Amino acid sequence: MEIATQTPTLELRDVSKSFGSVVALRNGQLAMYPGSIHALVGENGAGKSTLVKIIAGLYSRDTGSLELEGEAVEFRTTAEAKAAGIAVIYQEPTLFPDLSVTENVFMGRQPTGRFGRIDRAAMRAEVIELMQRLGVDIDPDRPAEGLSIADQQIIEIAKAISLDAKALIMDEPTAALSGVEVERLFAVARSLRDEGRALLFISHRFDEVFALCDTVTVMRDGSYVSTEPIAATDVPSIVRMMVGRDVNELFPKEPAEIGDPVLEVSGLTQPGMFQDISFTVRSGEIVALAGLVGAGRSEVARAVFGVDPYASGSVSVLGRALRGGNPAEAMKQGIALVPEDRRKQGLVIDATVASNISDAIRHTLTRFGLITRSRENTAAQFWARRLEVKTAALDAVAGTLSGGNQQKVVLAKWLATNPTVLIIDEPTRGIDVGTKSEVHRMMSQLAGRGLAILMISSELPEVLGMADRVLVMREGRLTADIPRERATAELVMFAATHAAEEVA
Amino acid sequence: MTTATVAEPGLGARLGKLLRSRETSIFIALAVVVVATTIANPAFLFSSDGWRDLLLTPAIVAVVAIGQAVVIITRSVDLSVGSMVGLTAYLVGTLFVAMPGFPIPLMFLVGIAFGAVLGLINGALVAFGKVPAMVITLGTLYAFRGINVAWTGSNRINASDMPDDFLALGTQSMLGIPTLTVVAVAILLVVAWYMRNTRGGREFYAIGSDPAAAELYGLAKTRRVLVAFVGSGAASGLAGVLFAARYGTINSQVGDGFELQAIGAAVIGGVAIVGGSGTVLGAVFGAYLLLTINRALPVLGIPDFWQRAVVGTLIIGAIVLDRVLAVRQSRRLLQERTSA
Repeated sequence: MEIATQTPTLELRDVSKSFGSVVALRNGQLAMYPGSIHALVGENGAGKSTLVKIIAGLYSRDTGSLELEGEAVEFRTTAEAKAAGIAVIYQEPTLFPDLSVTENVFMGRQPTGRFGRIDRAAMRAEVIELMQRLGVDIDPDRPAEGLSIADQQIIEIAKAISLDAKALIMDEPTAALSGVEVERLFAVARSLRDEGRALLFISHRFDEVFALCDTVTVMRDGSYVSTEPIAATDVPSIVRMMVGRDVNELFPKEPAEIGDPVLEVSGLTQPGMFQDISFTVRSGEIVALAGLVGAGRSEVARAVFGVDPYASGSVSVLGRALRGGNPAEAMKQGIALVPEDRRKQGLVIDATVASNISDAIRHTLTRFGLITRSRENTAAQFWARRLEVKTAALDAVAGTLSGGNQQKVVLAKWLATNPTVLIIDEPTRGIDVGTKSEVHRMMSQLAGRGLAILMISSELPEVLGMADRVLVMREGRLTADIPRERATAELVMFAATHAAEEVA
Repeated sequence: MTTATVAEPGLGARLGKLLRSRETSIFIALAVVVVATTIANPAFLFSSDGWRDLLLTPAIVAVVAIGQAVVIITRSVDLSVGSMVGLTAYLVGTLFVAMPGFPIPLMFLVGIAFGAVLGLINGALVAFGKVPAMVITLGTLYAFRGINVAWTGSNRINASDMPDDFLALGTQSMLGIPTLTVVAVAILLVVAWYMRNTRGGREFYAIGSDPAAAELYGLAKTRRVLVAFVGSGAASGLAGVLFAARYGTINSQVGDGFELQAIGAAVIGGVAIVGGSGTVLGAVFGAYLLLTINRALPVLGIPDFWQRAVVGTLIIGAIVLDRVLAVRQSRRLLQERTSA
């Protein structure tokens, strides 16, 4: 291939990165060529973002090499990477809300004149020129606050152009964009490519990958899988490479008797977050809510539990309608929510295991308004034993436990409330493989005892292994409802990346 | 999309912006207070001391408020300014007692440098220790004051201990404007220019606006925070020298309460307490408004114990106003976007 004779603009070989015992990136490989738009695809957790952060100078790699135009480079800070000509556009743009568009484009490298005086007129003129070139109409003097995500991304791109970046990396830039905005972004990307810059495009939307890119690199479980010219591949084979493992063995859900509907959600809508979400969860059933990060799954869970408001729709438990926006009421009706971020939302990290477990049932433990340590311990003991929380003592501080044991403590806290519906967001994120199966076994047992479980998960094997039914969300809408027998990785992935009408 | 005016904003637009700015409204409020008080008692402005006091009294707090404003813009706060003023003032007095012929310009430099060193202690603890500035500077507020009390004891430095030329600075005028006020204005001009027109100045705003984004932009956050605190220390040091010159009497309690006046001045002047916006000019106007009201209330016959309540109301009013304006602005910006 002709392209292989060129020197890559940016090349990574055998790059790895671990955080403690968690390996985020095992074997990262990537070669970006001038005048090319390169796609990087992979499931959530495949190591794409870690790779990007290494290139951007946010993380330092543990092993491997990073070369810019054939020369080994080392970026210790984002400023160094930027100075070398690498621009990164993150999924959520990072601008200074109080400062003007112009200042945002030039912050840290403003043109200066005598006495270090910033040349505002020159800055402004260049921004106007950039905006014209990008074909957008953004007032250079307005503050960045209140700009749409699409406009913010344009500003990030303007930044990249004005610093004459050789390599431009876009981490899921289209996730929050509408069709027109995507087209605008693509036109800009193509014109940058034609100027001989190297672009990296990370996306979950295959149609976009095929429309825009010329080469695709697939990653899986922190490792490089393959790189192919886009013309020589197709969607099914990319999906196969992304999923590429035996997915049904790890997570056996024991059969449970599926009973009457317990949680019924209908027409739930919150503009900008999710639209017209309807589903039921029956007792004994585990329903997975699958989809890509940012599809609105956690938002739905939070709305059902009443943490966040919703504009229209209804939620009912065992036929009784639930008032929205009131978590205390949801708890009273028997809903429990195990949030995604254990450390921030699930636990009082500096408190003891006993006090964490008894947190949600505080009011039943008080006598004359006071709680004694012994009552707390008695209540906690029961659940800690049942869930086999491995800690020397109940007065151990929650923050010192492993991720898996922390998750068990959160589960214990909610099970102590004796719920009828358990909503569990990313049950095994950040938990090592051994403990993962324990958490799964536990969920399976709970379903066996008649609990209705709604599980949000970004891990396909977990979804396929645990769920009786898989609901798939994409951009705030339900796109598929797949029963266990029919659920395959390809089908779920397809539904997560395509609109409902295409799926059906 | 926004209704972009790509052309340079015209004179009318600039004038409109100026009229709507926070600095203008504070200045108008200040004028109203002065006029109202003068009507009640013409001596407030038209006596020989009235005009001077109006410009002079707030000048020292204004200098402290300039340093404070820069710190608040970077999303920190410096509670130790009052103690730094006190410590520097006593140092100045002590040096004059020991060496009566100490050159006065050099004394200014000594005071500023000493304040800067104290500020460096704050800045290093905040920037490198990653401890919230509120906690660090609350600690140094007491620590610096403690050192001051231990050093001074029940001793006191009197006007007679200091050179006449130095004390004259506190009462002199240049073209009808008190010298100390001229010093404060000079500092204001330099800092305001720096904050508006240099990379360093703009980075203070950026860091306060979104620290995480500043990290991604690769801005030297640690260094900037350090500089802000050193600046606040230096401003407090200068204020200590000015205090010695103006009042001539220095005990261990000089500058007590300045921290709240300086923060109040900044907030009233439109410096957002969460960082990222506001100007040092606003902070100086805030200082003048705050202290002028303090002086006006007795003239207007408002009982002593109501005066603090008025000041408190003013501060709360300023914060509520900021909040309302911020909410209105973000709603307007959102609307512009959705209506496009």
